[in-house]
Amino acid sequence: MSAVWHALVHPWSQGIMQRALVESLLLSLSGAALGCWVVFYEASYSAESLPHAMFPGLVVAALTGLPLVLGGALGLLVAAVAVALVGRVPAIGRDTGVAVVVTALFGLGVLLALSPSSPPGVQGLLFGDILAITPGDLALAAGLAAAVTIALRLLHTRLLAVGFDRLSARSVGARPLVADLAVLVLLAVAVLIGVQALGNLLVVAVVVAPPAAARLHCRRMVPLMATAVGLAALAGLGGLYASYYLKTAAGASIAGVMVLTYLASLAVQAVRPAVTHERRTLPA
Amino acid sequence: MLDPRPVSHEALAHARGLAAGYGGPPVLTGVSFDVAPGARIAVLGPNGGGKTTLFRVLLGELQPTAGTVGVRARCATVPQTERTRLDFPVSALDVALMGTIPRLAWWRRPGRAERRDALEALGLVGLREQADTSFGELSGGQRQRVLVARALVQDTRLLLLDEPFSGMDSQSAERLMRLVDRLVADGRAVLVATHDLDQARAWDLVLCLNRRQIAFGPPDSTLTRPVLEATYGAAIVPLPDGGRGELAIVPPHHHDHDEEAR
Ligand SMILES: Nc1ncnc2c1ncn2[C@@H]1O[C@H](COP(=O)(O)OP(=O)(O)O)[C@@H](O)[C@H]1O
Ligand SMILES: [Mg+2]
Repeated sequence: MSAVWHALVHPWSQGIMQRALVESLLLSLSGAALGCWVVFYEASYSAESLPHAMFPGLVVAALTGLPLVLGGALGLLVAAVAVALVGRVPAIGRDTGVAVVVTALFGLGVLLALSPSSPPGVQGLLFGDILAITPGDLALAAGLAAAVTIALRLLHTRLLAVGFDRLSARSVGARPLVADLAVLVLLAVAVLIGVQALGNLLVVAVVVAPPAAARLHCRRMVPLMATAVGLAALAGLGGLYASYYLKTAAGASIAGVMVLTYLASLAVQAVRPAVTHERRTLPA
Repeated sequence: MLDPRPVSHEALAHARGLAAGYGGPPVLTGVSFDVAPGARIAVLGPNGGGKTTLFRVLLGELQPTAGTVGVRARCATVPQTERTRLDFPVSALDVALMGTIPRLAWWRRPGRAERRDALEALGLVGLREQADTSFGELSGGQRQRVLVARALVQDTRLLLLDEPFSGMDSQSAERLMRLVDRLVADGRAVLVATHDLDQARAWDLVLCLNRRQIAFGPPDSTLTRPVLEATYGAAIVPLPDGGRGELAIVPPHHHDHDEEAR
């Protein structure tokens, strides 16, 4: 008993691990709650693209010593302008435009990151370094997480109306364009928070996997968001334990456990008698 | 071809020589009518006749390409349901509550008063008991009624119902008709889009559309054989006699009342 207790408590005696835990909880709060909207707004592709598009900005920030958040934000701005411009070329079209810009930017970032003259650690941007989080990083993450949470609370009813039926949303005074922009901007903020800890390739996991898992079990938006945040927090905890005892990379472990959570949810749903997903035809 | 008739100063909405479209040639032309307080107007026409297009113009979602349209009252609508998503995590009450958005400041969420109003509206459509049921688990007719409740919550003087009877059994349809009667008794006006001739006969006024306005007036004097032929194309057959020489329509795409299992 006491050996188990010791094993459970021991990792958190170090400041590095404490900060990593708090950071992963903050990421769960903002990323997974927002992710529920991302899933229902069918914006998973954007969620995938945003971190790639900001990658060159992150690399340049790491090379020049700027704060990563600033570099990432500038990178996103450049990407948004590029997407807007390329989208205006009639022969390319919007979707292709986004793909072209995002791929080009990501390639550019990787080239920069892997060039022999880059200091070590820049490569870490791909996978993040949650064990290198400073108290200052934590404060920033807490501020951004609070902003995302407050915004989601304020926008809740309107986001719900647009997600429910975007064509009739205007007739109840909810504007789809505003809702879409809000989700995208908040997504950019959540990605900015997450990228430092989880890196460019893994940050999407916290936004997409817990909500996808929670969606299998919840029938209302608020419980869905709470469940997604809970699952993400548990996955973060599990990932940090795994990384501590199995000596695996922390960010990758967290992302891996997030995806495992989703697979486990699928399995649970498969064995449970089908919930009310299928359509019933009751008399009206 | 602007219609010179003056607009009654108390009309809740009006159109004069209205045309509308989606970028290409107009899909609807020559529409002129007034909506007086207390009016029950059926907008009758075949699939693709322009009923939804007219509603979108009245809602301000679509600008007319010619003519004028005036809407002097706030307007609520019940859309055709085919596009609402059934896996969205909301209850019937959540959907009805969306009708309170116009009256809420942007930073406010629905509170107790709004919940009370939403529950009351669900009661009016006979779904008080289903308030906590998931929207996607309701039957087609029940979903329609939830959307009616969402429109009622908006408490507008003008209500546009887009084919609300498709997917409704006759009992729900009767209930909705009684509700409409109560609404117009308050001085509200209700427009209903329908492709069902029998439905249209039950309303005070009928606006016949088939890519253009064919006729507008009380059903008895308006729904003549030439008008119906122009509204539906030539697919009109006389009912086997015994009735009062009534006509039946074979729409180009045959429509059942029961679209429940869409
Ligand atoms: N969003 C749209 N873009 C282009 N054409 C449309 C659009 N919506 C409807 N139409 C066309 O406008 C015509 C009228 O459609 P609609 O108003 O939906 O008819 P109804 O509601 O009477 O069935 C149809 O020919 C339809 O194809
Ligand atoms: Mg229609």
